[in-house]
Amino acid sequence: MIKVHNLKKAYNGTVVLNIESLEIPKGESFGLVGNNGAGKTTFFSLLLDLIQPSEGYITSNNIKINESEDWKPFTSAFIDETFLIGYLTPEEYFYFIGDLRGFNKADVDALLAKHADFFNDEILGKKKYLRDLSKGNQKKVGIIAALIGNPEVIILDEPFANLDPTTQFRLKKIIREIADDPNVTILVSSHDLAHTIEVSTRIVALDKGSVVKDIKTSEETLKELEEFFAV
Amino acid sequence: MFKKFISLEWKAFFRSSALTGNLVITILKIIGALYFMLLFVGMSFIAYFGAEDSGSEPLVAVNKYVLYYLIADLTLKLLLQKIPVINVKPLLTLNIKRSTIVNFAIGKTLVSFFNTIHLFFLVPFTIILVAQGHGGISSLLWFLGILFFIYCNNFINLLLDSKTNLLVGFVVIVGAIIGLQYYGVFDVTEYTGTFFYSLYSTNYMVAIPAVLLIVLWVITFKYFRNHLYLDTGLSKKHEEARTENYNWLNRYGVLGTFLKNDIRMIKRNKRSRSSVIMSFVFVFYGLLFFTGALEMYDNTFMHMFAAIFVTGGFMFTFGQFVPSWDSAYYPLMMSQNIKYKEYISAKWWLVVIGTIISTILATFYLYFGADIYLMIIAAAVFNIGVNSHLVLLGGAYVKTPIDLGSAKQAFGDKKAFNVKTMLLSLPKMLLPMALYAIGEGLIGKHWGVILVIATGVLGFAFRNTVFKMIEKVYKTEKYSTLHSYKQKN
Repeated sequence: MIKVHNLKKAYNGTVVLNIESLEIPKGESFGLVGNNGAGKTTFFSLLLDLIQPSEGYITSNNIKINESEDWKPFTSAFIDETFLIGYLTPEEYFYFIGDLRGFNKADVDALLAKHADFFNDEILGKKKYLRDLSKGNQKKVGIIAALIGNPEVIILDEPFANLDPTTQFRLKKIIREIADDPNVTILVSSHDLAHTIEVSTRIVALDKGSVVKDIKTSEETLKELEEFFAV
Repeated sequence: MFKKFISLEWKAFFRSSALTGNLVITILKIIGALYFMLLFVGMSFIAYFGAEDSGSEPLVAVNKYVLYYLIADLTLKLLLQKIPVINVKPLLTLNIKRSTIVNFAIGKTLVSFFNTIHLFFLVPFTIILVAQGHGGISSLLWFLGILFFIYCNNFINLLLDSKTNLLVGFVVIVGAIIGLQYYGVFDVTEYTGTFFYSLYSTNYMVAIPAVLLIVLWVITFKYFRNHLYLDTGLSKKHEEARTENYNWLNRYGVLGTFLKNDIRMIKRNKRSRSSVIMSFVFVFYGLLFFTGALEMYDNTFMHMFAAIFVTGGFMFTFGQFVPSWDSAYYPLMMSQNIKYKEYISAKWWLVVIGTIISTILATFYLYFGADIYLMIIAAAVFNIGVNSHLVLLGGAYVKTPIDLGSAKQAFGDKKAFNVKTMLLSLPKMLLPMALYAIGEGLIGKHWGVILVIATGVLGFAFRNTVFKMIEKVYKTEKYSTLHSYKQKN
């Protein structure tokens, strides 16, 4: 589904991301781990054409991301709060995204009903604009909005951060469900090794912009990663 | 401690993206400030010698209008003054006395442009007074008295900030005063004139503004000190949100989707609401020109200038910043499957609707003659046909992020309006003015209007071409726009 070809991103000569080749097959649940500044968000931003690669390119479904926009209909993402429209209520925001992604009101409502327990009754009908929600609740909205429109590629940056333990647990369930769908490729990044291992079938660790580990998740994965990150 | 604060402010100023970003605009802003300074100095001469020429005692005549001067000052402060804040949140837990923080924040407002500008009027005027044989001490007392009132306004503005309802009441009272005077029912300036004159003629009346100033200062200080907590003065006001679906817009497809959002954006954000208020003010801007109040403005050439502003206020204040209005969530927009053409059309329709509403509101100009209103209609057509495209095209290059949620309380920052917007819109005035002058001067009566309308209609033909150009700009500038929007002030 996603292929990385000699991808390099540099700012004023400092290389922040350098991935020679990486292939993420369709249906994979892909976990990206690494320390601050390892290049996780840079990689996701490149995947969404929010920044330009210095060299090389990424293809998604054989579409060159930095040249065509045809990847947009089947890709969705939640990176940070800049993906939320602060002055909308959660409902308005979901319907807006629905309009853009070909989901009518009923479709959106069905999706929201399905994830009612994830919202924990803190989101819908609360008479609050998104900008007035807490960080954790904003994140819930962003994550569910990224599921609207049956995307084939879902990108979630640090989805577990700011969530309370119960919601983290529910989120893991949601991601695992998505991972079970052979048509959906999901990419999740996190600082939390344990969470990532639980939801991903494959884990790539980045360090200073390069891939340092690329492992299929197994019983030993956590140990292996912990050893790597422990200094 | 103050020294440290000042060095923080210094850094904030010189490292702000506004200053490091665009040199040309910074220079234009400086020129604008110089212009205002000269204007005020010039005003002091005109006030004194103008009054003298008309045969009245200058100080008496000027004092009659001091009330309006102060009201105008307060109105402008309420509408335009950004309340400068030192970024207080990080300071709260440091080893700094609360009163020091508050004093600095208040002190900062005292030296703002809106206060210092008056010195450019008051100082030369007082010097003229003394030079023309008025008593030195008396003139100085008068000067201090007026200055105290100006600073009182400063505190009133601080206290009233974010209380929009009070502003409405204020406007109503001022309107009533002016109305009563205009129709000769009750002339309040008779009394206030005497009062302001007494600042000069007695030694003790200056105590009134001085005491008033001290009282306001203390109230402001106490208010801010007591509200310097995260859950009071520094907290964000939460409005009760209501979901609005605007289902009637559904039939316009994606265009409707964007229109819905834009309407919500304008309604729910202080920044965008103030641009609507400004455009409403612009509707009345023509009064300066069409009433013949100012001789230098009373010619057809300047009338056209006014007509463009009267109808295009919203277009200029809002359109100038497309797509910056969406800067807070631009990454979302850029990763969604958005049809640029529909996105641009939605904004285009919005400015067109704004122009049409302004034109309808402006029908009261019929009072000044059908020719004047004809001119306004011509300007509206030109605005819709030509300027709407130019404004959107220009906006595509403006990469200033807009902080929609800048409606914070008390110490909040309010970026209601800026000089940049005005300056950028000047070229869009000159073309219709030239067309009008050519038509009227070289061909004959009514040809000016016909020429302007014809150009406006012709502009429609290029709509799609311009939209494609804008789309191209959005695409080529995408990465740098995304980057600039990330730099929040």
